[in-house]
Amino acid sequence: MIEIAFRSITKRFPSHIVANDRVSFEVEKGTVHALLGENGAGKSTLMNILYGLLQPDEGEIFLRGKPQKISSPKEAIALGIGMVHQHFRLINTHTVCENVILGLRSVPFFFPAKKAQLEVRALSEKYGLRVDPKTRIWQLSAGEKQKVEILKALYRKVEILILDEPTAVLTPQEVEELFRTLKVMKKEGKTCIFITHKLNEVMAIADRVTVMRQGKVVNTLSPSSTSPEELARMMVDKPVLSVTPKKNVSSRVVLELQDVWAIGDKDLPALLDVTLTVRAGEIVGVAGVAGNGQRELAEVIVGLRKVKRGRIFLEGTDITALSPREIAALGVAYVPEERNIGLIGEMSIAENLLLREYAEPPFSQGFWVNWNKAEAYSERLISHYQIHPPLMEMPVRLLSGGNRQRVILARELERKPKLVIAANPTAGLDVQGVEAIHELLVKAQEDGAGVLLISGDLDELLKLSNRIVVFFRGEVVGNLEKERWTEEDRRNIGLMMGGVRV
Amino acid sequence: MNIEAILGVFNRALAYGTPLLLATLGEIYAERAGILNLGVEGMMMVGALSGFVVTYATANPWMGVLAGALAGGIFSLIHAFSSITLRANQTVSGLALTLLGTGIAGTLGRSWEGKTLVVSIQPFSKTFFAKFPPLMSMIFKDTDALILGSIFAAVFLWFFLFKTRPGLFLRSCGENPSASDTLGVNVWRVRYLATFFGGIMAGIGGAYISVAYRPAWSSGMTQGMGWLAVALTIFSFWNPLFALVGAYLFGALFHLAFRLQVFIAPEILNSLPYLFPVVALVFVSRLAFRKKIGVPEALGKPYRRGETE
Amino acid sequence: MGKFRIELSLQPKTTSIFFLSLVSIVLAFLCSSLIFWFYRVSPWEAYTVFFRGAFGSWYALSETFKRMIPLLLVGVGLSLSFRAQVLNIGAEGQILLGAIAASWVALFSGVPPFLMLPAMFILGFLAGAGWALVPAVLKVRFAVNEVLSSLMLNYVAFNVVLYLIGGPWKGKGVRGFTYTDTFPEAGWLGTIGGTRVPYFTLIVGLLVAVMGYFFLKKATLGFELRIVGSSPKTAQLLGVSEGRITLLVMFLSGGLAGFAGVGEVAGIHHLLRHPSHISLGYGYTGIIVAWLARANPLATIVTAFLFGALISGGDALKVSLGIPFQVVSVLNGLILLFLISTEILSRYRIVWSSSGGVEN
Repeated sequence: MIEIAFRSITKRFPSHIVANDRVSFEVEKGTVHALLGENGAGKSTLMNILYGLLQPDEGEIFLRGKPQKISSPKEAIALGIGMVHQHFRLINTHTVCENVILGLRSVPFFFPAKKAQLEVRALSEKYGLRVDPKTRIWQLSAGEKQKVEILKALYRKVEILILDEPTAVLTPQEVEELFRTLKVMKKEGKTCIFITHKLNEVMAIADRVTVMRQGKVVNTLSPSSTSPEELARMMVDKPVLSVTPKKNVSSRVVLELQDVWAIGDKDLPALLDVTLTVRAGEIVGVAGVAGNGQRELAEVIVGLRKVKRGRIFLEGTDITALSPREIAALGVAYVPEERNIGLIGEMSIAENLLLREYAEPPFSQGFWVNWNKAEAYSERLISHYQIHPPLMEMPVRLLSGGNRQRVILARELERKPKLVIAANPTAGLDVQGVEAIHELLVKAQEDGAGVLLISGDLDELLKLSNRIVVFFRGEVVGNLEKERWTEEDRRNIGLMMGGVRV
Repeated sequence: MNIEAILGVFNRALAYGTPLLLATLGEIYAERAGILNLGVEGMMMVGALSGFVVTYATANPWMGVLAGALAGGIFSLIHAFSSITLRANQTVSGLALTLLGTGIAGTLGRSWEGKTLVVSIQPFSKTFFAKFPPLMSMIFKDTDALILGSIFAAVFLWFFLFKTRPGLFLRSCGENPSASDTLGVNVWRVRYLATFFGGIMAGIGGAYISVAYRPAWSSGMTQGMGWLAVALTIFSFWNPLFALVGAYLFGALFHLAFRLQVFIAPEILNSLPYLFPVVALVFVSRLAFRKKIGVPEALGKPYRRGETE
Repeated sequence: MGKFRIELSLQPKTTSIFFLSLVSIVLAFLCSSLIFWFYRVSPWEAYTVFFRGAFGSWYALSETFKRMIPLLLVGVGLSLSFRAQVLNIGAEGQILLGAIAASWVALFSGVPPFLMLPAMFILGFLAGAGWALVPAVLKVRFAVNEVLSSLMLNYVAFNVVLYLIGGPWKGKGVRGFTYTDTFPEAGWLGTIGGTRVPYFTLIVGLLVAVMGYFFLKKATLGFELRIVGSSPKTAQLLGVSEGRITLLVMFLSGGLAGFAGVGEVAGIHHLLRHPSHISLGYGYTGIIVAWLARANPLATIVTAFLFGALISGGDALKVSLGIPFQVVSVLNGLILLFLISTEILSRYRIVWSSSGGVEN
């Protein structure tokens, strides 16, 4: 029986991005249906539409054969649809039980959690979601927190559960537990939609899989009738772009990570035994779906995150324990992923261009900053890096995304750094902006810098990198070096990004 | 110092601690819902003036208390509006309200400056407490209905906050408004009600000062008690029962200062109740950090649907 | 098909900020009419007395300038503090500490006359700065919220002054109201002509406003201050120490407040008296002065003048119409309230879009 049918769902965002392009497929009741695709394929948008957070521009959703308009999460819940997001929505200081019953008027006035405790315990037994209703959220691991989110949905008697990249924060054992839970849910006749980029999980748990790419549905099929390789091909199949041939890479090592371990924000390990080198004149691309340790990698190198074990060397100097300022002074340029760290929005272009150098001569004259020199510097950089509009007094937050990136790159690259760490530098930029950034990175490479380019866009990496390192769950799972990249390379990297060993 | 003097300290501690307790209880609710209200001092002043004026006019102290409650409540709605609907900076809004409240009370109260009340809140008859063991009756002999009422209020409010469904939802608004909103809790309504409640309590507290504690009017008679309430809110870990203990502790300190006047200059002693919260805050900051039990996470941050950070 | 849309403006124009500030002031005055009505005074009459009291004569103007001085000094200091997102609410107490230090120098230090005034000002500055460093250190080391800690110290300072003037520093032959002996002539500030405006502190105030402006705009430390205030995360990345900046701005704002306190006792009272006479809430009004100026030291010259006018106008209201001085507090509170309430309006603008496309 068909539980959900998507008919020609189309959703457009400003600046002409078509997030969902005539998406059509069906989900059967009592199955686990996987939604597979890379970043930006349109999976989350589609599920947000199903959950009532977004409205489609065209197309319809049918629930159990009837067309439905879902205009808010509240309506979705009333229709029996629940969603477990990547970022949990839990109250840290409250107990599991208190979180599960939050917002429900049906719960008793006095001692609201008491009665629910029994029910929650029963649910958790039944579905294999082992968590003590009386523990407080801050005491739980990420996997346990996710169980609470699922319990929240089950308590509200959802029939359809959407899970957005649920295994991103789970250990392998927890993934097993989650799959067992999903199987119980299936037996109960519930339907699960599972957004993921991990091919092995699709093979392991999904009854059906819909592969999406650039907003369109590529295919909907059963995993048993296909293989991970075929799925990978469906996810990323595109002709290979013209690739820049390898430049003269010197043998001098600029950056070296030796067996580096680091802890992430949620107290889980983010980097596991990472060993990595970058040579002068080389662009090393770090491939991987967002959330597999790339951010933490950048942070440990530039000094914003402590290294638990291991060492980091910059041209032979041990920088493991140095402060961000010291590391920058040694010649490391950083283009952070979070746009509002690299730049100060309310300050002008000129001031932002000065953020690294203001304390050094020729800009610093003891107590004062030589703003004349600073202005001359800005003028030069604005014209050289083609920052638009060329008004150095303009606050940076008024600039377009592409120009803001130019400001950061101008500031960082002008110092002739030895190492450039660029994290998703072209995310959200239009074609021109992307080209401009690529040119600047290649120029830095030609000037002899080592570039570590972290990106979720495989094409970008294939275009620019001499070598590609693949990250999955905080580990380096692949290290390829080629003069020219081939179709097969793309597929293999795609597989590695999805956790499949090649 | 004999036993009588010591018990006398407890006795007066009850009286002094009561308005402080009332204001603190109200602020605890407001902050638990996520609203930082630094206008408590202004609300107490307005409550004190209203209480005095109405009691003076009607010779009924309970009308005065009611007036004080209303005045404080209405005043707090200004803060609620600017903080919740306009999403303005809550610290500054509260400060503005303190200025406004103190100013209004000082300006309008001039006509009653120095006047005293003939009728004020009377303590329960002495015979009532004479039946108690002597130690207890010494402590409680001047207890009036509001003192008793505030103790019951503290217990009740503790129970409501931690053991009932609306209390749970209220606390969720202060911890994570977006999670609460997604699950159907009306965060705006909860915050408005909590702030209004805070204003009412501060108003009653202020009225108590001018109608019972010292049945007279002089501008500035709250003496910064509103600020002590804000400090006590933190010091009590946003828990009404701890506030109960803390308020009487402060009360005892204050009266101790009064008693020790013979030995140490009164002004120096008067400073102690203001230094104590600062010292307490140092310890609270370190404890809270380690125990992860502390400030409601969303305290002071305006909430707008759709903003996750 | 065109339609009106209200959208978030990316850059609030200076004109709209100015306009909204004006609106706030006007609204505040309108609301205060209720108080005038309570005292059976027509608002019009009240406004007239008010304006005459602030600007109506040379004497009135001089009174305004006299009141402006401490507001300017405190306002500049708080501008720096607010720019770094440090909320120093303790200026009131820091003013008193400056007054205390100055009184000690004048009455008990035995400093030779030609050094007396310089010593008063230097020690006064340091006393205010030191008093402000207490909440600063508590914030940096123990993450104690500086609003509460600095505020509590105001009450402590208040009581210290009371203690001194009623106890060890009590003037000879004083009965009733307590105050100290009058300062020797060497500790008196000269005034402009026949007015009671101490020219030294006025000039210093204006200088400090200008210096503060250039400090923020052009000095290395000023730049770092703005970095910390705008984006603490970026500051961390760049290695700018938030703690150092916190200590700096508290030191400066506390010192300037202390300086203002010296100015009051040396220039106007010539002795130490009840704290509420020394500082007429300058520490709190200073907060509004800085806020209205959007933490721009140069703009505080205008806002300090404005609030000085408010105080001398309030004085006139008290003297001529019997309306208590606290009405100034009411006005202050209202202005601040309307300021932050209308601020949300400055974030929006009305856009006429012809095709529904987003204009950015």
